[in-house]
Amino acid sequence: MNAFVDFLGPDGWQAVGLSLRVSIWATVLSLPLALYVAYVLARKEFWGKQLLNGIVHLPLILPPVVTGYLLLMTFGRRAPIGAWLEQTFGIVLAFRWTGAALAAAIMAFPLMVRAMRLAIEAVDPKLEQAARTLGASSAQVFLSVTFPLILPGMIAGAVLGFAKAMGEFGATITFVSNIPGQTQTVPSAIYGFLQIPGGESDALKLVGLSVVLSLGAVLIAEVLARRVANRISGQ
Amino acid sequence: MSLSIDIRHQLADFELDVAFDAPAGVTALFGASGAGKTTVINALSGLLRPDHGRISLDDQVFLDTAKGIDLRVQQRRLGYVFQDHRLFPHMRVARNLSYGQRMQGLPKDAAHEQRVIEMLGLSALLQRFPAALSGGEKQRVAIGRALLSKPRILLLDEPLASLDQARRQEILPYLERLRDEADLPILYVSHSVSEVARLATTVVILERGKMRRMGPVSEIFADPEAVGAIGVSALGAILKARVAHHHDDGLSELSTSCSKLFLPMVQTDVGSNVRIRIRAQDVMLSLTEPKDISALNILKGTITALQQGEGPGVLVQVKCGDDLLLARVTQRSAKAMALSLGQELFAVIKSVSVAQDDISAATL
Repeated sequence: MNAFVDFLGPDGWQAVGLSLRVSIWATVLSLPLALYVAYVLARKEFWGKQLLNGIVHLPLILPPVVTGYLLLMTFGRRAPIGAWLEQTFGIVLAFRWTGAALAAAIMAFPLMVRAMRLAIEAVDPKLEQAARTLGASSAQVFLSVTFPLILPGMIAGAVLGFAKAMGEFGATITFVSNIPGQTQTVPSAIYGFLQIPGGESDALKLVGLSVVLSLGAVLIAEVLARRVANRISGQ
Repeated sequence: MSLSIDIRHQLADFELDVAFDAPAGVTALFGASGAGKTTVINALSGLLRPDHGRISLDDQVFLDTAKGIDLRVQQRRLGYVFQDHRLFPHMRVARNLSYGQRMQGLPKDAAHEQRVIEMLGLSALLQRFPAALSGGEKQRVAIGRALLSKPRILLLDEPLASLDQARRQEILPYLERLRDEADLPILYVSHSVSEVARLATTVVILERGKMRRMGPVSEIFADPEAVGAIGVSALGAILKARVAHHHDDGLSELSTSCSKLFLPMVQTDVGSNVRIRIRAQDVMLSLTEPKDISALNILKGTITALQQGEGPGVLVQVKCGDDLLLARVTQRSAKAMALSLGQELFAVIKSVSVAQDDISAATL
């Protein structure tokens, strides 16, 4: 047991735990919104659709440090929304793990939307029409036909988002800094170890762990998605 | 049941303008592809909102653009069978079948379910997924799924068009049973003369968005003026007949309102009703009763309509008993025989010219 703890040291393990917490929250919270936006982009025609599409993709295109700075200007303790959140709900994002989760969620959002939009576009709207002729309301159509058919795409999107959240660095360190036990995720910890002499071996261990975690996530998602896809196509 | 449709809708290259009241039975919307048939039933089902019009079933108004009434698809309770089956790929056949009942929160009606499953021969398929069904099986499941949603009317949009000949022959008898047993009005969209001849009670002919003719199938198919829509080689009267006797020499004797008919063995029991399609090009005419001739069916009748086509042919409608026959002869023959309205003559039909596909079980 001690060997296990000693492998990364308390700071290392703390970073891993924090990264997992941040990434899980980021994925879970942005999933419903990503699904909604993906559905709207795939199925609806409205004024400003291209603009919405552009905004959704912005975190993918902007340098992460810019996204982080924008977050700081919006959600910092003296920024308008940040101050309002603190006064009204007592929620502080800047320099807290919650802020790290927000940054990770925003960075992962476009990837999740893209994967889900593809899945939704692959569902034949004729099936949904058929469901309506059989007496299903819009909500019933979504739950009984659309949702089960896009489930593999949703899982893929969620895993992609989770992996992105685990690896997020630029926006996170700009928005919430690199405070051990508070905002130091695995990538920030690696960066931190590399800043001190003789920290390379600790950094290398975390690098190895990152590779294992990321690879594991992708493999699990692949297996899950395939299982669901098989169930759906009836094989 | 009274279904009343009166709609106008601008399509890409012409305006659809259709108004008709469908009586009970199978009403066939017949016309070439692109005539606007599917648009009519999409408007009826609510999947498409026509520019102007009114649609009602019995006392329920589905659509009235003047009054701003437009019932949602799921509120209309129509069983829609699509050309491309549209089964839900992630549900087994049983779940597909019960979909409408579950979504509408209807109480489970095991007897009705059993009847439909039996009528469509689905019991062996219930645990399969759609991916494991043949084209014909998928279409049967789609029909069953529509029926089990307890619809007030059944819409069939070219249900056989995507199937090969063998699968069509497999499904047609089910559709005939459906017409005769399900006690449900059916709107049947098709561009196939043989399907309409077998299944329809009433025919509505559409041409480029306009209604050309409408009437009982036996009248429309024996109407020389319908030739443009039906096509000269497919045109032919439909007779109703009862199987009277199966003879040992492979012939079946049938009784019609005008005379006995001898046809190659009809595959139904003595006493059952059939409808027989006799193509106009297979009917010969004679002024005197032919003797010493191989043809077995010689029917005496009166000319009720004559129409000269654009080609060398003349279409002659002959009334015999309550039935109408249609014969296609050359202008030269018509002139030589001096054919005229009201004239009595004999129609000659070779037994072997009537194919099995032209004979179907029916209550006309």
